[in-house]
Amino acid sequence: MAYILQGETGDWEIVIGLEVHAQVISKSKLFSGAATEFGAEPNTQVSFVDAGFPGMLPVINETCVEQAVRTGLGLKAKINLTSVFARKNYFYADLPQGYQISQYDLPIVGEGELILDLPDGSTRTVGIERLHLEQDAGKSIHDMHPSKSFIDLNRSGVALMEIVSKPDLRSPEEAGLYLTKLRSILRYLGTCDGNMQEGSMRCDANVSVRPVGSTELRTRCEIKNVNSIRFVQQAIEFEARRHIDVYESGGGIDQETRLFDSVKGETRSMRSKEHAHDYRYFPDPDLLPLVIGQDFVDGIKAGLPELPDEKKARFMAEYGLNAYDAGVLVAERVSADFFETVAKGRDAKIACNWVMGDFFASLNATGKTIESPPVTAADLGALIDLIKDGTLSGRLAKDVFALMVETGKPPAVIVEEKGMKQVTDTGAIEAAVDAVIAANPDKVQQVKDGKTALLGWFTGQVMKATQGKANPAMVNEMLSKKIVG
Amino acid sequence: MSLDKATVRNIANLARIEVRDDELDHLAGELSNILTFVEQLSEVNTDGVAPMTAAAAVTLPMRVDAITDGGMPDAVLANAPEAEDGFFTVPKVVE
Repeated sequence: MAYILQGETGDWEIVIGLEVHAQVISKSKLFSGAATEFGAEPNTQVSFVDAGFPGMLPVINETCVEQAVRTGLGLKAKINLTSVFARKNYFYADLPQGYQISQYDLPIVGEGELILDLPDGSTRTVGIERLHLEQDAGKSIHDMHPSKSFIDLNRSGVALMEIVSKPDLRSPEEAGLYLTKLRSILRYLGTCDGNMQEGSMRCDANVSVRPVGSTELRTRCEIKNVNSIRFVQQAIEFEARRHIDVYESGGGIDQETRLFDSVKGETRSMRSKEHAHDYRYFPDPDLLPLVIGQDFVDGIKAGLPELPDEKKARFMAEYGLNAYDAGVLVAERVSADFFETVAKGRDAKIACNWVMGDFFASLNATGKTIESPPVTAADLGALIDLIKDGTLSGRLAKDVFALMVETGKPPAVIVEEKGMKQVTDTGAIEAAVDAVIAANPDKVQQVKDGKTALLGWFTGQVMKATQGKANPAMVNEMLSKKIVG
Repeated sequence: MSLDKATVRNIANLARIEVRDDELDHLAGELSNILTFVEQLSEVNTDGVAPMTAAAAVTLPMRVDAITDGGMPDAVLANAPEAEDGFFTVPKVVE
């Protein structure tokens, strides 16, 4: 379903391309042996290479190269066995070298694709333009002093993967789905932790608009460094609306870099970057071309985990789940693993309902994560077994689950301690049924007169009388036999 | 190839080098001469020849991913014109 913005003069569509900077998971930096860990004391993880001291030479980190190739393979992309590092020149206080080592003409990864999982269960393929390796800059802190900026170079030289999409996205929602899916793939691969709050995944959005039906690409604006998926969507929406207003009032859009103000919900021009697009790239004379062998790539390929798309397809085929449920479960590897533990040897649909329903709700309610869940997968599985063997009714099981969340005890222990076993003793149920029938002769008559819907009310009364412990199927059967005959 | 004054002004600006207006003509001439000298290389036909990046057939050496450096904030900050609380400090730059 196309996303269309209505203007004064007609309908418009948005053209969006995203550039994601993903921090590579590695112990040390791209070109130096300094540590990469987040949150260290200022300038304690800095080598002379990272600080741009004269005469220091970069030596590339093999693991970072592997991580880039691994990510490329995860995006079904072409791996370039020869790639070249280039200098991107600009001045900024947190860039001590005066240039960023990046890749320009020949990136390590070429064209690939990413599959969006739309909410209606369908999918859409978005093109990946390229992925290249580059250095991160240091960090400037502007609020520690009235007239000075403070510079911490711990982040300077940390490896980033810049992942560039083709301008294939058409709505803020698709942009959000793209980021969600990319994050999921990176986390499965173990190449980036995807943490947008800590800045290990950052997004720039290129936005333009055009009249519906047109295939032209109009002038785009780049919105820099937006740090949450929601803000990316807001920024795109605002920017698209701004373009339409400008065009419809007879103006034109200048290609420029803009900042998103999350407080005001608007984008504004970054004046200081007006000249910044003249980066004067040239091949870095300190670094030879990066040449990797096909065997290097094949070795990484052989070690790839099952990725979200394949896992989703398998969950649908093997467990009979629908596209939506499968998509939610595979978004994170831990939730997929949790589900599989619960579903193993059990009815997968029931397992899915419990995981997606009561279990996910318990995570929200307790604020716990699936890594240290309030109820383990083994215990949830055991609970489902107790329903299957008739010990618990569905309703009792929900009560037991609530107690499992509260106490952390396994279901069998709770059932034992609280005497919550389902009553399947015919005599006990019959006594309760008889009592309810005897107390409500008028309603019994109504059922006999054809108002069979009232039988449900009787079931409810019997369940209440037995504190929910009676087997509902047996109660229904008995009521219907005794009243309707 | 010859450069005009506006181009020289832009190059100087990008390089953060201050150039007086009365120096622009002279610099434009000098830079144009350098470019013309280098442009002689384009007389050689290099169609189908891969770029030579080193005299010997060597490729980029790689290092293993291990923490072998850092942990010396004092040395890193030793030559800083200004530092405070372990940070470099510079005149305020903010968007």
